[in-house]
Amino acid sequence: MQKRKLLEEQFFLWLMRIVTLSIILVFLFIMGVIIKKGYHAMSWEMISQEPQGGFYFGKGGGILNAIVGSLYLAAGSTFCALLLGLPVALGMNVHWVTKTKFVGAIRFLLNALWGVPSIVFGAFGFALMAYLQIRASLLAGIITVTLFIVPIFIRAFDEVLRTVPQGLMEAAYSLGANRTQIAFIVFFRQALPGFITAILLAFGRGIGDAASVLFTAGYTDHIPQTVQDPTATLPLAIFFQLSSPIPEVKARAYAAALILTAIILIISLVSRLSTRRFKKNIL
Amino acid sequence: MAALQRLILPAKLTDRLSTGWLNFAVLFLILLPLVIGAGLVIKSLPLLEQASIGTMLHSAEFSPQQGHFGFYAFIMGSVWVTLLSFVLSAPVCLLAAIYLTEYSPQWLTQSMYFVIDVLAGIPSVVYGVWGVLVIVPLLADYVAPALGLTTTGYCLLSGGIVLAIMAVPYMLNMLMEVFRSVPIELKEASLSLGATYWETIKWVVLKKGLTGIIAALSLGISKALGETIAVLMVVGNVAKVPKSVFDAAYPLPALIANNYGDMMSVPLYDSALMFAALLLFVIILVFNSITSFFLYRIKEQ
Repeated sequence: MQKRKLLEEQFFLWLMRIVTLSIILVFLFIMGVIIKKGYHAMSWEMISQEPQGGFYFGKGGGILNAIVGSLYLAAGSTFCALLLGLPVALGMNVHWVTKTKFVGAIRFLLNALWGVPSIVFGAFGFALMAYLQIRASLLAGIITVTLFIVPIFIRAFDEVLRTVPQGLMEAAYSLGANRTQIAFIVFFRQALPGFITAILLAFGRGIGDAASVLFTAGYTDHIPQTVQDPTATLPLAIFFQLSSPIPEVKARAYAAALILTAIILIISLVSRLSTRRFKKNIL
Repeated sequence: MAALQRLILPAKLTDRLSTGWLNFAVLFLILLPLVIGAGLVIKSLPLLEQASIGTMLHSAEFSPQQGHFGFYAFIMGSVWVTLLSFVLSAPVCLLAAIYLTEYSPQWLTQSMYFVIDVLAGIPSVVYGVWGVLVIVPLLADYVAPALGLTTTGYCLLSGGIVLAIMAVPYMLNMLMEVFRSVPIELKEASLSLGATYWETIKWVVLKKGLTGIIAALSLGISKALGETIAVLMVVGNVAKVPKSVFDAAYPLPALIANNYGDMMSVPLYDSALMFAALLLFVIILVFNSITSFFLYRIKEQ
C-alpha cells in the first residue's frame, strides 16, 4: 500500500516535470525559429526604407512603412485608451468604492469585453466605418484598436489599484482632499508601477493584433501623413508577405516577424525594469 | 501628477470636470457591448430577413454566389479546432500549474512567469509564422506518412496544436493563481492526518480549486474560439465539415478575416460575415459570463 502511494506520487511528479520542461522547450523552440529565420533575412534596408518598385516581386526596399504605421497606430490607440480607461479605473477604486454592486457590475462587464476576440472588434469597426462614412485609415484603425485595448488596460490597472490600502483614502479625506485629488494624486502615485505595466500591456496588444486592423486600417506602401491616410501595420505585413510564392518576399515576412517579436520583448523588459524603478514611491 | 497639486487650479472646478469626464467614460464603457451587439445585428439583418437562424446554423451549403449561407461547416470547424486545442493544452496546463505552485523551486517558478509573460505577449501572427514553418511540414512530412496517411499539413491538427500553445499562458497563469489561493491550513490539516503530498493535492487542492479550474479552462476555450490569424494561417480553410484531424477546416473567425476582399461584390455576403461575427460575439460573451460567475463564487467563499 505504502509502496503504491509512493509510486503514484513519483509517477505524477515526473510527469509534471516533463510537462513543465516541455512548455519551456516549446517556448525556446518558438523563439529560436523566429530569431534564426528572421536573422537570415534581416538587413538594414529592411528597417530603414519604404517598399521600392517591384518590392512584392522580391526587389529592393524595406518595411519601414509597416513599422512606423504600427507604432503610430499603437501609440494613438494607447493614448485614447488612456483617456477613457484611466478615469474609469481610478473611479472604480475611489469615487464608487462604496457602491460595491455597481463596481462589481463594471468588473463583470470588463471581464466579458476582455475576452471578445479582436476579429469581432474588427467587424464592428468596419460596420462603424460604413456608418460614419470614413474609409480604411489610420483613424479607423485607432478607433477599433482603442475599443479592443480599453478593457485590457482597465483590467490590468484595476488589479493594482485594488491593492492600495483603504487607510490612505481615509487619511487623505481627513486632510481635506476631494475625490479627484485622492484619485489622481494619491492612488495614481501608489499604483504607478501597475499603471506603467498596464499601458505597456495595452500597447503590446495594440501593436501585435492583426484581426482588428485587417478591415479598418487598410494597407499602403507609404508612411501615413494624416490620420485619414490608410496605414500599413507589421502583423499584416507579415501575413501578406508570408502568403507570397516568391522566396525573397517570404523571407521578409520572417524578418518582419523578428522585428515584431523584438518590439514585444523590449516592451516586456521595459515593463519589468520600470516596475522595479518606480516601486520606491510606494508606501 | 504632483504638479497638479501645485497648480493654482480651483480644486472644486477640477473635481467637477474630472468627475464629468469620468461619468462619460464609464457610460461609454457600459454602452460599448450593447452598441457592438446592436451594430452587428443591424448589419446582419438583410440576411436574417432572407433565411431563418435555424436553417443557417444547420445547413452546410455555403455558396454566396447563389445566395446560400449555411454556417454548419464553419461552426463545426470552430468547435473541432477549439476542442482539439483544449484536449492538448488543458492536461499540460493543469499538471504544470500543480508542479509550479506545489513542488518546484522558487527560481523555476519565477522564470516561468517570464516565459508566461512572453508567450502571452507574442502576437498571434508570429505563432502563425511558426506554425507554417514548423508544425505544417512536421505533420505533412513525418507524422502523417508514419500513420499511412497523406495531408498537406494545413489541417485541423496544425490549428489545434498552434492554438493549444497560444492558450497555455492564459490557462497556466490563472490555474496557478487558483492553486495558490487554496488556504495553507487545509493542506497542513491533510498532511498532518498522514496523507502524502500527492494525496493532499488530489483530494484537497484540486477539490477546493474546482470552480477556479473550471473558470480557467473555460477562459482558455473562449480564447481559442476567437483566435483568428494564427489559425487562419495553418488550418487550410476548406469549407467542409472535417472528417479527421488531418482534414482541412474553416473556423468562423477565419471565414470573416479571409473574405474581406470579396464581400462587397456579392449581395448579402457582408451581411453573412457580420452574422458570423455576431455568432462569435454571443458565444464568447456567454462563455465569459460563465467564467466570471465561477470566479465570483470563489471570491464569495
